[in-house]
Parts: sequence; structure tokens; C-alpha cells
Amino acid sequence: MQGLELKLKKRVQELLDNGTIDAVIAWTKGDFVYDTTPAIFTKESGLDGFVYNSFCGANLSKYLVSQIVSDKKFAVILKPCDTYSMNQLITEHRVNRENIYIIGVGCSGHLDIEKIKNQGISGVTSVIDKDNNILINSIYGDATIEKASVLLSKCQSCKGSELKIADEVIGEGLETPKCDSRFDGVKQLEAMTAEQRFAFWKAELSKCIRCNACRNICPACTCRTCVFDNARSNVTAKANATEFEEKMFHIIRAFHVAGRCTDCGECSRVCPQGIPLHLLNRKFIKDINEFYGDYQAGEVAEQRNPLVNFTESDIEATVISDKEGK
Amino acid sequence: MKKLALSDLNSLYSAINEKMKLYAPIDINGVVNYGEWDKDAVVNLNKMTVKSAKDAFFPQCEDLSNFKKDGKHIIVEQGELVKEDFVIFGVRACDVRAFHILDTVFLEGFLDTFYEARRKHGIVISLSCTKPEESCFCTTFGIDPAEPKGDVESYIRGDEIYFNAVTEKGNAFMAQFDSLFKNCDDKAVEASKKKTREVMSKLPLSGLSTEAFGGDKLDELFNRPEWQALSESCLGCGTCTYVCPTCQCYDVRDYKTNSGIKRFRCWDSCMRKDFTMMAHGTNRPSHMQRFRQRFMHKLVYHPANHNGEFSCVGCGRCVAKCPVSMNIVKVIKTLGGNK
Repeated sequence: MQGLELKLKKRVQELLDNGTIDAVIAWTKGDFVYDTTPAIFTKESGLDGFVYNSFCGANLSKYLVSQIVSDKKFAVILKPCDTYSMNQLITEHRVNRENIYIIGVGCSGHLDIEKIKNQGISGVTSVIDKDNNILINSIYGDATIEKASVLLSKCQSCKGSELKIADEVIGEGLETPKCDSRFDGVKQLEAMTAEQRFAFWKAELSKCIRCNACRNICPACTCRTCVFDNARSNVTAKANATEFEEKMFHIIRAFHVAGRCTDCGECSRVCPQGIPLHLLNRKFIKDINEFYGDYQAGEVAEQRNPLVNFTESDIEATVISDKEGK
Repeated sequence: MKKLALSDLNSLYSAINEKMKLYAPIDINGVVNYGEWDKDAVVNLNKMTVKSAKDAFFPQCEDLSNFKKDGKHIIVEQGELVKEDFVIFGVRACDVRAFHILDTVFLEGFLDTFYEARRKHGIVISLSCTKPEESCFCTTFGIDPAEPKGDVESYIRGDEIYFNAVTEKGNAFMAQFDSLFKNCDDKAVEASKKKTREVMSKLPLSGLSTEAFGGDKLDELFNRPEWQALSESCLGCGTCTYVCPTCQCYDVRDYKTNSGIKRFRCWDSCMRKDFTMMAHGTNRPSHMQRFRQRFMHKLVYHPANHNGEFSCVGCGRCVAKCPVSMNIVKVIKTLGGNK
């Protein structure tokens, strides 16, 4: 991984020096190995603090949305899963492709510090990602754990190591060590009775603290002003007053991104309460696949998603309700 | 000093719960938060709670009053104040200090009766830290995690838990459950404290200095160019403010129900666009200004208004929970120049 960091840093410096780009959206190192922060580097700021390691799971494509008004040319470092979001943002004209230079980076999965801590390891001082093992030093002792067990959940159901859009590629991607089947979680929910499913979501969504991290990180949530931020809408995001409010927030959000969600998994990654929000979106994705044929948002730029693309062969509403057994 | 086998903690919880409500760190599928204890609850004293303990005294949402129509009259019903004692168990030193910081906001000058009632009836049983996380930096704010204060201090050593009443309220509480405890000396506890302090001095953030901050630093800090780059990383969500034990801003709203108007308050966040929105509409229009507000409040405005005390306790929750790892430590290091 260190080799990759050096290659990226060298290349970014070249691009800044030769004027191809004005700035780059990448990561800056923190106080520990795992707290890398998305940051904008420019020629003036230099690349001091530039880092790329196994804890760069964040999807940087959203950071380009606020730059749409800028006439600067930005490079951005995207992992394969992030490139789907970039395509989707290009499709929706939420970024200016002409001003973006995409550095695709080969990926073999990123790590989840929470999962490491959940294995009873605390006081982590260093983490070394070596083949299929993770070597951890902590103030309370050292440990070696299996990489697959501490991958980010989104990496455990990786969509593949292929970059969907890039101006150049650095580093080689490898398949993640072990992949869950992407729709297993949704199938388990579908197998429940309606009452069980309701109880499941009630328990999960009642943990919500309305921090809006899921919404703010989501590359599909790009409304200039969200309805839940509109004080006059009477559905403001602040109060977790009733369990109905939390459900409404998450379900409306899932509906709003249906057909546009690329399944990047950021919503679940950032949730401080560990709510499996991606399952809501994946249910929509699975349904769309079944009703309209396989569709992957962000597979290519400028494609129309089935929910906004009427064709005469579209499934009839009655067929959908029959399928749901109503 | 009194003690109890850790395996007997459940009997203590039951005994407390027979007399009053008990809040403790409860583990639900690996996520630990303070919650109301019942016999099926899994108490986890080893893991940092996601949200702090402040909900016990300053809940995320609470009703303030109801307005009802009666013919041509409007009846105003005050929201109910807490009237019964309750216990909050397992509070760490950082969260105990945070209660003090909330006290300075809600009890000094303007008196917040809702908060006051909860404070009056709440019995804080603190828990000394034995295994601080690498993200802990409470010592920066003069907090000793080995001596957590509160009404009763507790210490885990081996397979026993020791209790020591600190306040009168704590003494009265201990007296109620005296039959459950064994008397003991404080030798084991002193050894445990020593070990905790040793660990704290070795933590990566132990040298963090707040020298560059304080109530008189407004002019030096307000227009620093670094705010821009720091805020560019921030997503503008409210995670840090909602997991923070000292963030105390709230919003008051009216909500129309079928049977009248409900006035409630809920935590607010300076990260939100409508935070402290006024009629002229230009509260803090840019994201950088909103971001700056949070840290200036903790490191400059609060100390300016409250005898120099910072309103951060170094619990490390924002360090652990920020989706993009932008946090107060990074702000302190960037603006304070200490690496």
C-alpha cells in the first residue's frame, strides 16, 4: 500500500506541476493510521500530509458536487466502487466532467476500524495490511487477524475491481478476499413475515439520532436544499420525536435515490449507530433488476434508469402487486 | 469503601431498578448506548457508548408545553418535570465533567427548570477507566479518568467492582443498598488508578495542548485562513454534535397535533443551515462559518463566558465517529501548531 501511496503522490505532484490540474481531492493523514480525512490539495498547499492506505474507504466523488461552480480543474482519486457514483453524478449533471481528471486506483478492499475494535482490540497504534492478514499493534498488545473479517461491509459485497471511468489508472486491483453475495441480506428480509420485517426496521431505525451523516455522505443526495432541512416543510430533520419520523426520513430518502443509488455503501459505513441502511437501497435495486431486467446505476455515464425510462414492455403495476402476493 | 463481585452486578441492577429507574450502557448488537435497564438488558461496561451520557439530563427531544383550545380560550399546560430519583450507572470521568459544563450553561444565570429537575433527581454512579482508547484525551482538559467523581465512584479491579460514595446523595444511595456490599480497603483501587494514569500518559494524544486557545483568543483565531481547508473536509452532518457530551444547543419548535399544539425542544447542531436562523436570513451562510462556530464555541466562546473552562472533555467520541475523521483534535493541532 505504501508503494501505491508513493506512486499516487508522485503522479499528483506531476499533474499539479504541469498544469493539468489546479487541485486534487485525496486524503490527508491523521493522528492514527485509520483516521484519514478527505482533503483538497493545491499547488500552493503542497502535498504535505498526503496519504493513501487501507483506511481510505470514503467515496470522494461527492466532494466534487460543491465544486461544480468552480472553474478550477480537479483531480480526484476514485476506487472502483466510487467510479459508479462518478458516472451517476455525470449523468445527473451534478459535476462538470470537463473540469475533472479521474485517477482510478486499483483496490483490494478497505478496512473498518469499528470491526477491528469489535474484535476486542482497543488502543490501536498501527495497522499493517499484509496479504490476507492484518497485523495490529496496540497499547495493550499485538494481534493478527484475518483481513476478510475486518473489511468494510461495502467491500465484503464488492461489485468488482473494474474501474468504470478513469482518465488514468494507478495500481492494480485485486478481488477482495471473500465476498458475500450482494443480495443475501435483502433475501433474508424478504423471507420474513411482514410483521417480522416491520419489527426489524422498527428496531434498527429507532436507533437513528438524525445526524444526517447518511444523507450528507450520499453521492445520490445532491439536492441544494433537502426537504428535511426546510423549516417550513414541517418534517425538519432535527427531532427524533417519534419513531414514525425516523422511518419517514429513511424511507423517503431510499425512495428518492431509487434507480440512482449505485450501492456504494457509504450510508451504512458512516452511520454512527450501525443501522444497515444499504439494505433499504438494495431492496430497490433487487426489485428493479427483477421487474425491468438487470440494471446497475453508474455502470456507464448518461444511461437512463428504468424508473424514468418508459418502454412499452415495462412491467404492469398489477404484475408487481401480484408478485408481492397482495 | 465497599465492593461487590462483578458477577453480582445484575443483582445490584435489579435492586436499584425495584426502587427507581436505572440507566446504564446497554449493548444492542455491538452498539452500546445509555438506555433504561430491564432484566433482559445486556450491560456493557467495556465499550465507549456512541452517544454520551448527557441524554440523562438533557434528552435529545422533550416536550415543553401543550397549547389547547377551549372555546375562545387557549389553555397552556406546562410540560412535566421529572419528580422521581433515577440512577445513571457507569459514567466515565469525561462525561461526569461534561455534566458540570452543562450545569454552567443550564443552571447559572437563566435557570432551565427541566434540566434542573433531572439534575436534582439523578444519581451519577461513575466508573473509573482501566483501558483508555487511543482516541482519549481527557487529561488535556485536566480530567483524571482514574478518579471519575460523580455521586458514587466505582472501580473495576479483577473480577470485583469497588464503590466509594463521593457526595451526600451518593452516601444516601449506598446506604439504601448496603446489604449487597462487602466492606473493604482501597488498596486494590489505588493500584488500579496508578495503572490507568500510566496508560494515559502513553496515549498518542496525551501531549495535546490547548495553549493557543481560550476566552481571549478571539481576534487571533477568528480569521485564520486554515478554517477554509479544515471545513472543506467536513460533510456538515451533525454526528459530532449529537455524540458530544457538552454540545448543548437546542431548538424550540411548535408542532400541530390533532388535539392542539405541542411545543418541544430538540438538540440543534451548528452544522445545520438553519441553525440560529433569524428574520434577516443570514445567520451563517457559509459552511466554513458553521464549521468554525462549533470549534470557536468549545475553545473560545465558552471559556470566555464560563471562567476559562473549555467545553470539550476529550472523550474522543467525535474522533471515533466522524464519517470523514475531521475532529476537534485536528482543529487544535492545525490552529494551535502542535503536532
